[in-house]
Amino acid sequence: MKPITAVNDFVVKFANVNGSGSASANEMFAKSILRMGVPVSPRNIFPSNIQGLPTWYEVRVTEKGWLGRRGGVDLMVAMNPQTWDNDVKEIEPGGYLFYDNSKPLPASKFREDITVIGIPLTTLCNSTYDDPRQRQLFKNIIYIGALSILLEIEEESIVQLIGEQYKGKEKLLAPNVNALRIGRKYAEENLQHPIGLRVKRADNVGKRIFIEGNNAAALGAVYGGATVCAWYPITPSSSVAEAFQRHCQKFRVDPDTQQNRFAIVQAEDEIASIGMVVGAGWNGARAFTATSGPGVSLMTEFLGLAYFAEIPVTIINVQRGGPSTGMPTRTQQADLISSAYASHGDTKHILLFPEDPKECFEQAAAALDLADRLQTPVFLMTDLDIGMNQRLCEPLEWDDSRSYDRGKVMTREMLDEGRDFGRYLDVDGDGIPYRTYPGTHPTLGGYFTRGTTKNARATYSEQGPDYLYNMHRLQQKWHTAKGLMPQPVLRKAGKPARTGVLYYGSTSPAMSEAVVELEAQGMAVDLLRLRAFPFPDSVLDFIMEHERVFVVEQNRDGQLRTMLMNELEVDPARVIPILHYDGTPITARFITQAIAEMIKALHLGQISGKVA
Amino acid sequence: MTYLAKPKLHHPSMLTNARGFTRRDYEGRISTLCAGCGHDSISAAIIQACWEEDIEPHRVAKLSGIGCSSKTPDYFLGNSHGFNTVHGRMPSVLTGANLANRNLLYLGISGDGDSASIGLGQFAHLMRRGVNMTYMCENNGVYGLTKGQFSATADKGSASKKGVANMDAPLDTVSLALLMGATFVARGFSGDKGQLVPLIRAALRHQGSAFIDVISPCVAFNNHAGSTKSYDYVRAHNEAVNFLDFIEGREEITTDYAPGTAVDVTQHDGSVIRLHKASADYDATDKVAAMNYIQSHQAKGEIVTGLLYMESNPSDIHRNLNTVEQPLNSLGARELCPGSAMLEKINNSLR
Repeated sequence: MKPITAVNDFVVKFANVNGSGSASANEMFAKSILRMGVPVSPRNIFPSNIQGLPTWYEVRVTEKGWLGRRGGVDLMVAMNPQTWDNDVKEIEPGGYLFYDNSKPLPASKFREDITVIGIPLTTLCNSTYDDPRQRQLFKNIIYIGALSILLEIEEESIVQLIGEQYKGKEKLLAPNVNALRIGRKYAEENLQHPIGLRVKRADNVGKRIFIEGNNAAALGAVYGGATVCAWYPITPSSSVAEAFQRHCQKFRVDPDTQQNRFAIVQAEDEIASIGMVVGAGWNGARAFTATSGPGVSLMTEFLGLAYFAEIPVTIINVQRGGPSTGMPTRTQQADLISSAYASHGDTKHILLFPEDPKECFEQAAAALDLADRLQTPVFLMTDLDIGMNQRLCEPLEWDDSRSYDRGKVMTREMLDEGRDFGRYLDVDGDGIPYRTYPGTHPTLGGYFTRGTTKNARATYSEQGPDYLYNMHRLQQKWHTAKGLMPQPVLRKAGKPARTGVLYYGSTSPAMSEAVVELEAQGMAVDLLRLRAFPFPDSVLDFIMEHERVFVVEQNRDGQLRTMLMNELEVDPARVIPILHYDGTPITARFITQAIAEMIKALHLGQISGKVA
Repeated sequence: MTYLAKPKLHHPSMLTNARGFTRRDYEGRISTLCAGCGHDSISAAIIQACWEEDIEPHRVAKLSGIGCSSKTPDYFLGNSHGFNTVHGRMPSVLTGANLANRNLLYLGISGDGDSASIGLGQFAHLMRRGVNMTYMCENNGVYGLTKGQFSATADKGSASKKGVANMDAPLDTVSLALLMGATFVARGFSGDKGQLVPLIRAALRHQGSAFIDVISPCVAFNNHAGSTKSYDYVRAHNEAVNFLDFIEGREEITTDYAPGTAVDVTQHDGSVIRLHKASADYDATDKVAAMNYIQSHQAKGEIVTGLLYMESNPSDIHRNLNTVEQPLNSLGARELCPGSAMLEKINNSLR
């Protein structure tokens, strides 16, 4: 078997033990390649565990900038005996296995069709360090050093990263650089290098930044003016609230008084989290919570109240697999229906679908505006793949002339001028009523907030016509919302195409790559990336303009497809599901193959439309 | 309910308080509760207390859960904003509202089903966090709106209207509030307005979590022989430990009471409450002793009422979170947004 040769286009996977300090070393590996101008796309594959269980870090090195997961492994850095067998099995034929050969392993533990690279990491560490923790931590840096020789990663870019990481902690700087050099020296003197996989300096990173979606969403909440955050820890969303706390400590402390321009409460559960957000929203503060599917389930009663009482609420839903003992550390797009229609009665909620951290930032800030403008819950539907992985994306931008859209708020001055105030009165024909903040005026504008037992002036009523007035107004408001949503992004094929593809969120990088491959195979497809629910009219137009439309999603039941059929009354035969839902991020390989097969089958007349 | 419309004209002799408001300015819509309901007496006591305290009605935010008690905020302080939230979850909504604007007075109205059953968790955590508010539990031991089921505060052995005995141990909201860290804890009786109004006034002045449990008989479902929450039972078993007076400036203790039975307590806002002790050995500043006293008297079937515990320098959630003095809901982009130059720095740190 001929060893794989590739420059700036391969996948390295690190198999580690959770809690062994490998994460920061592996991140340094990824970043050092970025510093050489070569895009990378790393993914954490980790268990629901603190210490001891297997964890992986997969780095796709991709000069072309394909940021989706590729699938397959070209170089396995096998540092975990527990998962050895599967890790070795996963290597592509002709690939490479990098391992610690301090203890001999029987030949049966290896494969014939791969290149095996052994380095006595434990021996090197034990002869250099006495402290067991140091032996563990520096082992990670030593293998990064060795890999940098094998893959021709510039030493300078790693040394620079170490310098940045230990800025102000100079005591740790020299030992880390030393460990790096131990690895480099050993590899240089003892291993054949470079191997077939190589990193070559390029200029394809540009101004882009490298950031996790949860961090970006938290920054969006800071820039968007959120002052109250109530949350309850749940993977994979906890780092949103933690990042918000960190950013607020930095940017939101009054320089004169040292007091905080924010309030963050870790609540007793998700019900209390959303309750606090509802209370703060009712009282005129911008408030949000971050959670995941099981948390949204607990919040549903309050979501109904917020919908009917018309309270601004922002929920960042970092989606993951299944129920509470589901797949908390795996990614999915499986909360669309449970979020869109959360609660009792006739409720519908606004959803935003960010494709990457940049959009997490933009849409978190936009969600706060939309919630105020529309006086209703707004969900930012991100997921673990975007939220907990560092992703290369365009730099974050903010227009300093932008002011916060607080929506229709009647002030004391307006009330004094004699403006007619009816809390649930549609005065502008857009379905959006005016509200007053509590405490606004001594005699005017006060009202008692409840669910639906009220008339347009918020007086208690169980009369049918009053109920209908508010329900129809809410429908009108929903219609108004369509025009305020981030609009879909269209990418037309180079030539007229009969096939369209609808997709959203974290499927984006894999889809961008897949369409190029489909075109190369002679299949022209138009793409429409949805960015929000409710769907604007252009979505129906896109579906009707194509003979068939594939709906690519990361869930089992085709939840977006169901919503398209439900909301747009689309013929199910026109929308064909392409579904990936094993908990791993969707790949371009999967999409290309699934669509190509489906197109072939459709041409052969084997199927008429809906295929799961 | 009463069908008598309230006259709109004020009697010219009606007294105004320091803010120029009459008692009528603190009223709300006509109650829809049953005639004789204890809750209506509590609403009247709230109206009286707010009037006496010279509170501007619109500076009060009223929040409630679900149940008969939670309907009552519509029946007082009609110019105030109110929020009838969801069952048992008013505490979280009140907490969020308080975080948004620390300058309003927060009044939480709940019942025993709302606070002690479905909302027990939120009730406990609200007290833990020291949210500055007055929380009143209108406690009748029964679910009224759903027609007479026992609540978690019903005493063991007490009988329902249909004669069925409750076999579950009762949950004592006052003891729980003390245990969870409430810094003002009292119990009143809807049938004793003279005792209740000063308790509400003191609670409104308290700058931390103030809790008042008010035994409030349900005339429809829990006012019969065999009930321990009936007017007759509560009157017969009321063990009042003290009565409150409010003192503007320091006055000498009058001689109406036996020496040593009147104690002045200064609140955080500087106002002074004079406690007239009805029970010589009760100390409302000793939490552990208060718990013992309440428990031992409860064991004898007595209902301990009065100001049970007060910390004169309470902590508060805003102090704990170190939030700015200005209400968070009044901050704009200038105070909140770090701006594009800072974002460029952030971008640079992410390359």
